Amino acid sequence: MSSASEIRLRTAAPTQTRALAAALVALVDDGDLLMLVGDLGAGKTAFTQGLAAALGVTEPVTSPTFTLANRYEGRLVVNHLDAYRIEAIEEAQDLALIELLEDGVTLIEWGDVILPALPEDRLDVRITFGTGDDDREFVLGAVGPRWTARVDALRDALGEWAA
Amino acid sequence: MPADVILGIETSCDETAAAVVVGGSDVRANVVSSQIDIHAKYGGVVPEVASRAHVDTIMPVVEEALEVSGLRPDEIDAVAATHGPGLVGALLVGVSAAKAMALVWDVPFIGVNHLEAHLYASFLEEPDLEMPLVILLVSGGHTMLILMEDHLRYRVLGATVDDAAGEAFDKVARVLDLGYPGGPAIDRLSGDGDPAAIAFPRAMANDGWNFSFSGVKTAVVNHVRKNPDTPIADVAASFQEAVADVLVTKARKAAREYGATGLCLAGGVAANSRLRERVSEAAAADGLRAFLPSRAMCTDNAAMVAAAGWWRLAADGPSGLDLGADPSLRLPTD
Repeated sequence: MSSASEIRLRTAAPTQTRALAAALVALVDDGDLLMLVGDLGAGKTAFTQGLAAALGVTEPVTSPTFTLANRYEGRLVVNHLDAYRIEAIEEAQDLALIELLEDGVTLIEWGDVILPALPEDRLDVRITFGTGDDDREFVLGAVGPRWTARVDALRDALGEWAA
Repeated sequence: MPADVILGIETSCDETAAAVVVGGSDVRANVVSSQIDIHAKYGGVVPEVASRAHVDTIMPVVEEALEVSGLRPDEIDAVAATHGPGLVGALLVGVSAAKAMALVWDVPFIGVNHLEAHLYASFLEEPDLEMPLVILLVSGGHTMLILMEDHLRYRVLGATVDDAAGEAFDKVARVLDLGYPGGPAIDRLSGDGDPAAIAFPRAMANDGWNFSFSGVKTAVVNHVRKNPDTPIADVAASFQEAVADVLVTKARKAAREYGATGLCLAGGVAANSRLRERVSEAAAADGLRAFLPSRAMCTDNAAMVAAAGWWRLAADGPSGLDLGADPSLRLPTD
């Protein structure tokens, strides 16, 4: 499905995926939720690393798959969650998502696993493999008013990677 | 009289666990919720969907631990609980329960660091471990190279900058359709494969003390996509070898550089048979002692919490009852 609120991008290396995410830095704010979807190795953690670094997080941003939730202090707080190991929708409450959204930017990997538990106000970032080993294709989709209002600004900020 | 009998509680992530340990190393009971049939014992009150519903399992697990230990509550000298790092909601269950018991029994409460507890798992089985030690703490959530200079004194030499080693095992197992948990499945399958079949990357092998396992995971994904006919046993064995190679190379180098007397494994990945083999070989070649804790002590348990609590209580005294859960708690270092 293609729509006006959808943004298509591509990168050719993990460093570019980090740079793409870093370009969102001026557009994110406390209370924002980003859902990251993509197969193993697609670059969900690399994306989070790029945005966190741009927000001034200096410690290594590591995968939250086993710890489920990591928290970093930068210019904004960065909550890095992972639903990969969530097996039933009832377990989504372990992530304390609603409480986390009160403070900082929250990124959730494998968010599609618990889609019914996610607020209807978020930026969906879907990543797929391209032709070459390091090629990645992105589809950004605004869900709800917070991000729909920012679609044009997003398109401007991410023009360098437009597909 | 020093506080000797410690009730330990662990609820930092998936497991609800309780243990009774005397004198820091004598394990009288070590109960992990996934190992006991709480459902049968307490009659259908436990929701099966919520695997991390510690609040439903904490008291049955504590009761079971006390029963197995043969000790009465009034014989417990202190209660230790993991207060970080971990999931805040999960940690709070253990911390609150431990404080309540400490208050009711009028004994000290001790907040324990989960990572420090893993390091003390080895001392449960080898109380006379000599230091300095180089410890590889490798689990699903953590990968750290640690120099333990003395009791409660550590230096974190390096850590993963992306995926933990155990996570890489789990995700590669998923790519190879081996099911969950992935670590043991790869371990078994690798026995039938050629570890030299595919030269997977050894990221950062000769570059500082940090680790990176995201690249090897992606390399396996790419290899399987492009070469669907490669025997999966060869993929598993080659992947496992690449991970073990980097871990052991750095641990060995650290032991040499810091004059350690032994190499020690901790965390769930310490159960991997190839990693154990490689650590043993490296230790033998370099004249070091190798300490390889049993599987039950590698994975999350409360005996290690009680052991670390025993050492902490002796060194620092009890924790305040205002101590909260700290999801981002770090290993205390010099």
